Amino acid sequence: MNMLIVLIPVALGLGGLGLLAFLWTLKSGQYDDLDGAAWRVLNDDDGKPDE
Amino acid sequence: MSCCAPGAEGAMDNATLPSAEELWLSSRALGDGLRQSDLSVPDVYCGTCITTIENALKKRPDVARARVNLSTRRVSIVWKEDVAGTRTDPQAIVQAVADTGYRPHLFQDAEAGNDALRNQLLRAVAVAGFAATNIMLLSVSVWSGADSATRDLFHWISALIAAPALVYSGRFFFSSAWNALKHGHTNMDVPISLAVILSYAISLWETMHHAEHAWFDATVSLLFFLLIGRTLDHLMRDKARAAVVGLARLSPRGAMVIADNGERNYRPVEEIRPGDTLFVAAGERIPVDGVVVAGASEVDWSIVNGESLPQPAGEGEKLLAGTLNLTGSLTLRATAEARNSFLAEVISLMEAAEGGKARYRRIADRAAQLYSPVVHLLAFTCFLAWGFLGGDWKHALMVAVAVLIITCPCALGLAVPVVQVIAAGRLYKSGIMVKDGSAMERLAEATTALFDKTGTLTLGSPRLVNAGEVGDEALRAAAGLAVHSRHPLSRAIAAAADAAEEFASVSEIAGGGLEARDGRGLWRLGSRNFALGDRAVAGSSQMTETVLSLDGREVATFRFEDTLRPEAAATVRRLQTEGMSVGILSGDREPVVAALARRLRVDRWMSALDPQGKVKAVEAAAEAGEKVLMVGDGINDAPALRSAHVSIAPSTAADIGRQASDFVFMRDSLSAVTEAIDVSRRAGRLIRENFALAIVYNIIAVPIAIAGYATPLIAAVAMSTSSIIVVANSLRLNRFSDHVRAAGEPAKPVHAKEVLQP
Repeated sequence: MNMLIVLIPVALGLGGLGLLAFLWTLKSGQYDDLDGAAWRVLNDDDGKPDE
Repeated sequence: MSCCAPGAEGAMDNATLPSAEELWLSSRALGDGLRQSDLSVPDVYCGTCITTIENALKKRPDVARARVNLSTRRVSIVWKEDVAGTRTDPQAIVQAVADTGYRPHLFQDAEAGNDALRNQLLRAVAVAGFAATNIMLLSVSVWSGADSATRDLFHWISALIAAPALVYSGRFFFSSAWNALKHGHTNMDVPISLAVILSYAISLWETMHHAEHAWFDATVSLLFFLLIGRTLDHLMRDKARAAVVGLARLSPRGAMVIADNGERNYRPVEEIRPGDTLFVAAGERIPVDGVVVAGASEVDWSIVNGESLPQPAGEGEKLLAGTLNLTGSLTLRATAEARNSFLAEVISLMEAAEGGKARYRRIADRAAQLYSPVVHLLAFTCFLAWGFLGGDWKHALMVAVAVLIITCPCALGLAVPVVQVIAAGRLYKSGIMVKDGSAMERLAEATTALFDKTGTLTLGSPRLVNAGEVGDEALRAAAGLAVHSRHPLSRAIAAAADAAEEFASVSEIAGGGLEARDGRGLWRLGSRNFALGDRAVAGSSQMTETVLSLDGREVATFRFEDTLRPEAAATVRRLQTEGMSVGILSGDREPVVAALARRLRVDRWMSALDPQGKVKAVEAAAEAGEKVLMVGDGINDAPALRSAHVSIAPSTAADIGRQASDFVFMRDSLSAVTEAIDVSRRAGRLIRENFALAIVYNIIAVPIAIAGYATPLIAAVAMSTSSIIVVANSLRLNRFSDHVRAAGEPAKPVHAKEVLQP
């Protein structure tokens, strides 16, 4: 029973981490150009992102 | 030149690029001497395109950053206002893009609010998804036998997760439902909101009383599924809107104003006052209504009033905003401000004409109107029946809530958007943009199709019809002259000739034609009076003609007719065989319209209509009980496009026409109209099938709930099953579209050629 005290926060925490990661990707504009991103991954330049 | 810019091999005409002044005006200051310009580049579609354009731009010293967005087909360029003291010429930057073979152009101001809503919806989906999965995990533990204290703990945790998720993700439904209720009607969001709120409240109450069943999982996963549907719907419309907004602007953003002291300034149209003197070069559109004070030219009125032939414009001629100056430069005196110009009159007419669309109630909302009273009454009856017959009011309440949750319109909420998203996606791929889901529902109902003539049934560009009788030699000589002009008739001659003679110097006489001298004498190409001088005999021909002369003697007469849009005849015939009434509403002269109507075998036509006349014709048809589909492109069609039940415009349409219509097609062929109708009707059938499936599901599930056997586990299984069935049924639309594509013409990629203004 005591296990639950640990396991539930861990489970929720991991889920929450995934949620935060998604919100971050959304905020940093990673879904603005899905078609472009699919092509850019094939570019073999020096590999540095813009800016 | 890149490998993959389709159709970009043609002559890159500098005049089609936005002017430096216009670029300054439309760019955004970022501070630190940087400015950002967003351009639409409809040709880009692969990785090579991205690198070609970005590398070409980044090489320039005046460009700070450049990034191509392949999804929206745009490039955003951040450039420096000055480099080492010299002011940057933004046109040179745009020219650099054009030099790579892709045609850039400015687009209408992007609506910034859309992206914000998209991100809000995505965030809401993420939060609902997080809550749904975690609560489902806890619920599974409960269902597999977690007992008293553990079960209570799990219920409480579920309640804690669900509460913020409901508030955050549910607000879209709550606010929409509240809006509907405030105005005294219901929509699909009312039963959804009610079920969500009631089931949460009851579950919370149950949890407090250590009960066995709580419905948190059903509550939140319901929201999750419905939000996915809503988000897809929004993304679909966003994509279509971005594509339409990405089309070239036809109305100019500003004009060259000549001050009293002769100084020339480029000013935005909003700042032009009556009395200002404007300079309009050949190839530019007239920015505001005005009177010609100097210069002679020919003016293309087709987008304004449907007139298919360019009209001469000399001193004293009144010109309307939106007309295209073809051959010579003109000096105008503005007679109205932009907001009082012809265009503004059309806009006010459009606002008055608003009706067809506003009156339409979406099929989902109509379903909800029948559905929600039935369901709510049923739940209430169950409550009373179990209460009075069984005597256990708490159990009665549980049964009532179970009925509400089981019947909750999860499948119904998905039934419409999923089908419409798939249908819009199919249409998008074949170059037809759907601006609104309800447009497809309205198109499926259309009984009458009314077409504009110039620019819709025809391409609005003349085609040489007697190339055979003229003879090759004369045609080559004429083409040699014609390549120097942007007059539509000259272009048609140049396009019809396989080769052109070289003339050393060709001059264009505005309002007359072209002239060149060589060893053989003086060549002239133009109107009969211009080419033959005194020897001209007034032409009696109804057809458009151009005469080629050598030293005043007629060499050849070229005859033209407006090119019919590809598949126009086939489209009209197909609509007629499907039982739709087809008509033509044109602003052009009667003989021209009559000839076209005969050719297309359309017996219902009206000519010489002004914008008001077109609206009246559409309204008369609507009053006679017809559901009118209006297809048109001009400024003069815009009010009719708005007042019709549903409307379609080609991508070459005037800005305002594209805004007013529900569908915009990006290809030349008129078969887009029948394809849009086919897909819409098929989508309508699938939506009704989905409703039928949802009803069948309810007929099976509701008795279980009424009998009191519906546990949260059963509810979860039943709800997901019905949603999956509805989605799977919707996917059948894909098969149908492939079949249509195979039978009809092959899908053409969307070319910028059709998108750019001539």
